[in-house]
Amino acid sequence: MKRNNFKVVDGLFLVAVIAFFYLPIISLMIFSFNSDNSLTHFKSFSFKWYLELFKNEEITNAVIMTFIIAILATIISTFIGTFASIALAKYKKRLRNTVLTLNNIPIVNPEIVTAIGMLLLFQSLKIEKGYFTMLLAHIAFCLPYVIISVYPKVRSLDPNLVEAAMDLGAPPLKALRHAILPQIKVAVVAALAISFTMSFDDFVISYFTSGSATNISIYLYTLKRGVNPSINALSTLMIIVITIVVIVHYLRTNKQIKKGVKFNEKSI
Amino acid sequence: MFKIEPLKKEKLKRRKFKAVNLIGWPYLLILFILIVIPVLLIVFYAITDNVKDIYFEFTLKYFLMFFKEAAFVKVMKDSIVLALITTLICLIIGYPLAFVISRQAPKRQAILILLVTAPMWINMLIRVLAWKQIFNIIDERIIGTNFAIVVGMVYVFLPFMVLPIYTVLSKIDPLLYEASADLGSSAVITFLKVTLPLSIGGVLSGVTMVLLPAATTIVIPKILGEGKYLIGNLIEDRFLKAGNWSYGSAIAIVLALIIMLMVVLTKRFDRNKGGEAYEKE
Repeated sequence: MKRNNFKVVDGLFLVAVIAFFYLPIISLMIFSFNSDNSLTHFKSFSFKWYLELFKNEEITNAVIMTFIIAILATIISTFIGTFASIALAKYKKRLRNTVLTLNNIPIVNPEIVTAIGMLLLFQSLKIEKGYFTMLLAHIAFCLPYVIISVYPKVRSLDPNLVEAAMDLGAPPLKALRHAILPQIKVAVVAALAISFTMSFDDFVISYFTSGSATNISIYLYTLKRGVNPSINALSTLMIIVITIVVIVHYLRTNKQIKKGVKFNEKSI
Repeated sequence: MFKIEPLKKEKLKRRKFKAVNLIGWPYLLILFILIVIPVLLIVFYAITDNVKDIYFEFTLKYFLMFFKEAAFVKVMKDSIVLALITTLICLIIGYPLAFVISRQAPKRQAILILLVTAPMWINMLIRVLAWKQIFNIIDERIIGTNFAIVVGMVYVFLPFMVLPIYTVLSKIDPLLYEASADLGSSAVITFLKVTLPLSIGGVLSGVTMVLLPAATTIVIPKILGEGKYLIGNLIEDRFLKAGNWSYGSAIAIVLALIIMLMVVLTKRFDRNKGGEAYEKE
């Protein structure tokens, strides 16, 4: 009896928290279908704001640039960071520890401090701010996360492996591709995912390093009072894409876990 | 013939070494130029004054300026107080949430954690704008109050509190609970003597993960505070509107030091707790 009461309380609590998390998002999505431009009173259903969204050049431009920057920053930082992780494992201990400590600076520092640091750098070097500096900044703040994701995996590899490959006649790059990369693939994919979401959603660092260039976050931040439902339409589209990605990812890991369990059962 | 072989091997080894070293260089360059130098630049600008175009002079006046201006010190105090309140509320909601989730069947746990973490993938500005619209529907007057800011911060940062606590709780061996119950402890005693001490590490990392971004956010006060000014906004203004880099840098350093101090204090709290537990043994 007592136990059941607990369960009811637990259940109510869970429902309340989940509602807290999702009601704002759902309400935001609902108003994207409002035929009126009010964000407080729902008149009737329409796709008007979605059409408006695609007509708005400022928004579509911000979305496209956000994608381009995120894709470039992800590829470049994962590429550089993966190679660096392999090199780091070979460095002398003192150098390695120094580098790994410095690597933590942007992770522990408040974002705004990292942002103004980069702003000062670009200003001091008289580099004109724009998409290029935004990209540089994104590569720089993604890299430390690539390192902390890939480096431990590289560290756990057998160091003789590359040497064995090279002794068998493989040139360094080939040894890398066939001996190391297959074993750190999971960590590299994780680094790609982390970098992409960090770059795609970044606001503070982009805002300080981009000058007049905009991405989605900057656009949303600098919106004047005239907020209109096309922002809701944009948000709704983004939320739908994210939901699909999250669900697919969840189902896939679930499947893998199940497979793992079956495998274990068999081995027992 | 005899002599060539070892020589060749030497050479090969050296080349391997070089190749491996080289591939780390792009990273080291970026680390140095885009991460280390900017930090040094902040310090440099904060403690110097640009007398002529190139000539810089050592000065602490920007730090003094900050502490002299009561309004700015108040902004700093407000930011920290709001961040502390947010952290406390996140803890009050987040701990029971993590606890309840960790007690569910494994499959349900996975789904619940997914539901808690999924909003983090949505752009933070969108989530904050969603709250603005909610407040507009309920009552426009809520926007601009501290209440609106705290709600927004709790909403955005709560997952950061739940995750580390859940991770720690889900690792506790259920046999410990059983053992505690078998030894005659009530549920409350078990919680106080087993669950809480074992999860304190998760609580502390949750606290720092909420406190840090909450104290420095510029998005939430701007959108939900409408005109309300927190420390992040102050730095933003100094840099992007006033163009006073030295002043902005000094404020940023004060902010970074205060945050570091808070993190160190939290860590010390952890150690003290551990020490006490030992002493009691």
